[in-house]
Amino acid sequence: MKRIFKALLVAVWFMVLCSPIMGLHVNPDNSISFLWERLVALGIGIFFASLVWDWYFSRVQTSAVHMHMPKGVTATLGLFKQKKTRGACLTVLLLFLVAIPFLPVLGSIYQISILISALIYVMLALGLNIVVGLAGQLVLGYAAFYAIGAYTYALLTTYFGFGFWICLPIGGIMTILFGLALGFPVLRLRGDYLAIVTLGFGEIVRLILLNWVGVTGGSHGISNIPKPGLFGMELSLQSNTIYLYYLCLAAVIVTIITISRLKNSRVGLALQALREDEIASEAMGINLTRVKLMAFALSSAWAGFAGVFFAAKTSFVNPASFTFMESAMMLSMVVLGGMGSITGVTLGALILILVPEYLRAFADYRMLLFGATMVLMMIFRPQGLITGERRKYHITALEGREEQA
Amino acid sequence: MKPVLEVDELIQDFGGLRALNEVCLTVHEKEIVALIGPNGAGKTTFFNCITGIYKPTSGDMFLTVEGTRHRLNGRKTYEITALGMARTFQNIRLFSQMTVLENVMVGCHCHTHAGILSALLRDRRTVREEQDTIDRSYELLKTVGLERHWEDTACNLPYGAQRRLEIARAMATNPHMLLLDEPAAGMNPHETRELKELILRLRDEHNLSVLLIEHDMSMVMSLSDRIYVMEYGSPIASGTPEEIRHNPDVIKAYLGESRDA
Repeated sequence: MKRIFKALLVAVWFMVLCSPIMGLHVNPDNSISFLWERLVALGIGIFFASLVWDWYFSRVQTSAVHMHMPKGVTATLGLFKQKKTRGACLTVLLLFLVAIPFLPVLGSIYQISILISALIYVMLALGLNIVVGLAGQLVLGYAAFYAIGAYTYALLTTYFGFGFWICLPIGGIMTILFGLALGFPVLRLRGDYLAIVTLGFGEIVRLILLNWVGVTGGSHGISNIPKPGLFGMELSLQSNTIYLYYLCLAAVIVTIITISRLKNSRVGLALQALREDEIASEAMGINLTRVKLMAFALSSAWAGFAGVFFAAKTSFVNPASFTFMESAMMLSMVVLGGMGSITGVTLGALILILVPEYLRAFADYRMLLFGATMVLMMIFRPQGLITGERRKYHITALEGREEQA
Repeated sequence: MKPVLEVDELIQDFGGLRALNEVCLTVHEKEIVALIGPNGAGKTTFFNCITGIYKPTSGDMFLTVEGTRHRLNGRKTYEITALGMARTFQNIRLFSQMTVLENVMVGCHCHTHAGILSALLRDRRTVREEQDTIDRSYELLKTVGLERHWEDTACNLPYGAQRRLEIARAMATNPHMLLLDEPAAGMNPHETRELKELILRLRDEHNLSVLLIEHDMSMVMSLSDRIYVMEYGSPIASGTPEEIRHNPDVIKAYLGESRDA
């Protein structure tokens, strides 16, 4: 009875809350009509949803239900974890990714360009993962580095006619410089303070790009950015998109290899120690300044690379592509996927880009579903999709013993 | 006996509060020295000063390693650790989400060299250095008796084991001078006895000098060669356990002045 009353209350509350949006309709002649049936339908829907919700949580609390990943997911992940099947899985995945441009439905230019942007976001999320996931520093202005990378290519190519391949490393170097410039003053900050400073940095960069009209073209942006060439050959739009797709795929693979090596290295271990306890890690002989700056530099370099790819893909950049929303999306990818986990962050980026894209069929409810998924995710699996990704260590002394046994 | 750690007239002010007042202290080679005193006497502040976490207001600190005398004033914490002085913390500060082995591996950081480039290339030298680090860390876990737990997450260890892991992690930095901040806090008598044996063994095997803060008097009295006593930031006595036991100032600081005295 109490539950029903509570559900009723929630339903009424929702009806009141949504009445201005859903219950009112302004007619063309400026008269207002009330759409009661919509509101009532909403109320009934919320009533039952809230009942189910309540029932579910009481079961969780009495621990009748345990939180598990769906079996299929765990099984697939298990396949990945085993060394024998892992190689096979990766090969199949890679072959599939390589074959995509030649598949009937997925091979259209539209689909491929969606995939390209997904791959670019994978790079971004993995780069951000260095500083957020591994080093535990909350950075909210990551889109700024992305913008710097993109504009480096855009400006160098319009003013000096530099090509893609020269601009790729220059973009990286530029963002490293900016990363260090931001890193030095914020070394002492952590947590929310760091988040605010980096948020400010993100806005500063965007506003400079927006207002320095003479150089950046302001809100009109820069257009006609050339696509990467293949040994000086002119490519058609179709083959150029495919070419860019392969470039991005290669870049993502390089990123994954680089970052997983970094994560498992001495420096990566120091970064993780830094995330856990700064004072203790300094007392263990870790040079905080150096390690933190290294994380900032590497992380921003990846945003720079991704930015150059982005500029090449769209052949047009303007400040509207680098708003705070972008930074928030990238952070969501890292958090949703599981901080520090490379597989997780990759998955997170793919999900957050591809799902809204393919939900276009439900155009109106797309963002609603998206938001609801995020909320549910944070309630049921706040640690992210994939966690506990641990490196296996082999101890010489133990291995000798096992061989003898 | 040669001195390893020399501290001369160390003063630490926090605003108007004098937390340390002209503290002098010397630890010699292979000596176990205890620093005792009532709560709030400034013992941990003293540790934080000599490890570079606080910048002392005045005074001199020297660490002698292999015949070279290094002045510690103005050095960063990680530099002091690299010179050869490691510490544990009063409120355990492990890297709690990392494994036991990884915790010790982090301690090896200052004596390994692989940078980003070698991490990416993974050349033979890097791989070998890494394997050496892993094996050395495992050996250190063996000395503190935690080798069976090497794959566990650090925060899942029982309290006493976490304290021993902190010691192993500090030992991984290859110290000449080990600072232990209340290593026996929260341990039962059996664990305390084992800890005592561990400290003695580490001293003998690694030519270690030990400075420890401890409240467990039976442990302090039986383990230490010399004892320093502090109260309200000032040193009030020093000497062998026997001398300290009968020192009237120390008895007063700990038990208060008796009314009919």
